[in-house]
Amino acid sequence: MDGARKDMIPIEVSSLKKYYGDIKAVDSVSFTVDEGEIFGLLGPNGAGKTTSIEIMEGLRKRDEGDVKVLGLDPWKDGYKLHKKIGVIPQEFTFFEKTSPREAIIYYADLFGVKVDPDEILREVLLEDSAKVMFDNLSGGQKQKTGLALALVNTPELLFLDEPTTGLDPNARRAIWEVIRGLKAKGKTIILTTHYLDEAQQLSDRVAIMNLGRIAAIGTVDEIIAQNGSGERLDIHGSKELADYIKANTDLQVDYRRGRISIQLKQKIDALAALAAAEQSKLDWGEIHTRRDSLDDVFVKLVSGELDEHGEIIAASKTNNLNSKTED
Amino acid sequence: MVSGKRIWSDFLVFSRGYLRNKFGLFFGLIFPVILILIFGAIFSGNSSGTITVYTQNQDTGPFPPPQADVASQFVSALNGTLPDGTRISDTWPIRVELVDASENFTQYLADHSASDGILIPDGFSAKYVEAQMVNVTVYGNPTSSTSGIVSGTVNGVANLFNLERFQGSPVISVSSSTVNTEQTQYVDFLIPGLIGFSILVSPMFSLVNISSEYKKTKLFKQLSLTPLTKMEWLASKVLWYIVLTTVSFLLMVTVGVLAFGAHVTLTVWLIPFLVLGPMLFASLGMLVGTVTKNPETAGVIGNIVTFPMMFLAGTFFPISIMPQYLQSIAHVLPLYYIVEGLNNVMVYANYNGAIIDLAVVGVITVIIFAAAVKLFKWRED
Repeated sequence: MDGARKDMIPIEVSSLKKYYGDIKAVDSVSFTVDEGEIFGLLGPNGAGKTTSIEIMEGLRKRDEGDVKVLGLDPWKDGYKLHKKIGVIPQEFTFFEKTSPREAIIYYADLFGVKVDPDEILREVLLEDSAKVMFDNLSGGQKQKTGLALALVNTPELLFLDEPTTGLDPNARRAIWEVIRGLKAKGKTIILTTHYLDEAQQLSDRVAIMNLGRIAAIGTVDEIIAQNGSGERLDIHGSKELADYIKANTDLQVDYRRGRISIQLKQKIDALAALAAAEQSKLDWGEIHTRRDSLDDVFVKLVSGELDEHGEIIAASKTNNLNSKTED
Repeated sequence: MVSGKRIWSDFLVFSRGYLRNKFGLFFGLIFPVILILIFGAIFSGNSSGTITVYTQNQDTGPFPPPQADVASQFVSALNGTLPDGTRISDTWPIRVELVDASENFTQYLADHSASDGILIPDGFSAKYVEAQMVNVTVYGNPTSSTSGIVSGTVNGVANLFNLERFQGSPVISVSSSTVNTEQTQYVDFLIPGLIGFSILVSPMFSLVNISSEYKKTKLFKQLSLTPLTKMEWLASKVLWYIVLTTVSFLLMVTVGVLAFGAHVTLTVWLIPFLVLGPMLFASLGMLVGTVTKNPETAGVIGNIVTFPMMFLAGTFFPISIMPQYLQSIAHVLPLYYIVEGLNNVMVYANYNGAIIDLAVVGVITVIIFAAAVKLFKWRED
């Protein structure tokens, strides 16, 4: 990026609101994204991630609030803005009978820029499929094509809306590799995802979104420090044991998939928990203490875990936004 | 603002994709040709090989000795066999289908939509034997490709009989009479009709489908993130369908002329129809695709708009054979003016009529194109 722009904050969002009828899809969201960082918007489906990112891209009109992207109003100055940004929309798709190489040349013509298609293909690790028709590409290769197209106009800022959703672990890791490479080149990247590991692996800072609001924002460590409960004691055991400990101590006990997790307000709480476990006469296995992870904080903030598709499981009643909002 | 370079690169990507999709290519180019072949074969009768000619022999006797039934010998000769039983030629062009002498012959021809007929009058044999002038009537349609062959054949047979007995003096004369049956003009009329059909169907269905699909798969959103504008996008589609329609036009005319001997006039007057037609229906297709919520609804609305035009605008049948109320409906269908214009240019050489059609098509096209660009949204509010 050139020196003159050094002081500009790539993205400034303040008090952003968007309604779909009575539903508040985005409700007073504010944040900034700094130059050269990867900023992750993490949350379940319906949290307002895609609506927010589409407003920043200039694809949707906001109802209230202020949004500046590279100093421009994305809705009013969309045409100007689009020449400076790169975007992979959610579920990226392209003309079926066009190869990635042809797609890059097409985009270069549209943007009126000269590019070396092979260099871009190399950058997104897609040289091997350069001439394969889009409808014959795998899910990961399709996303890489999207990434390649987002890079054609050498953008300063990239928007990646759920770039790895639905991909197998290898393909996801390959996309992460590409994203890390882009960061190394100094690009500013905003990324939405419902994969915690993805947010944790890639992002410098994360905003956890739920029900249209930002529930927590900062580096992963900051979020854990602000929202975590310090130390935990984990015991491998049954739901029955978890219930017994809960009933016989005044500790907060969570149970998830064979793991009983007990929040320790002070170290001595661990003894109380173990005493209760012993008293129960039920089987229990491995024990250890640990700090809260992003998982723990996330579950607490969105009141549930997410399944593979980003839907909340074991959710509280209020968690599902109207299904009409699509992110 | 509008960039020719962007239109061109979008045109290249779209046309390449189209040509790689065999299904689209079939419907765009091959299907109209198949229609010409099917409809042409059904309605143009025996256009290749032997022509069947209804023949009425009113000479039922009594016959004078010694030549007896000359009329039957004449009929036999019309079928290619001489009185002595030898074949005149292996590739005899006509085959006689006898019509009972009690039938009203002209009515019979009309009822059977026949463009050709031969009438041998009562007393034919007696007059021939007595060397009195006798006249054979050949019914035909000047616009039909078969009528010339029939009349030539009858003249040939009459000359043969005149030579045989009278050293060529024209005892048997041949006169021609015109019949007017719709079917005789069918192929000539079918070509402009089917060109109209292909001008309508290919761009219309394709754009309904593309614009609703692109909306659903968010490809439009994606394109909106590039400098390509809506108008440029539509312009490149229009350009492609002009190319496709022109190729399709040339194919259909070639097939029509070669297979069915169709009579068509090719002039520069055709160009505005081949340009405005695809522009009109590509825009209309995009309009339907863009104002409907999903591809399924778009398909239904597309059919509702397309099918009446397909059948009522004079594509397969001339609208003159339709009842008055259907003709009134035809007059509000844009395709009607394209088909009528093509007929005016290609069949009737009526350029004054074509100018009016062109003006109507031009105005509708501009309105629909502007509405499509205006109402079509890349992005959402």
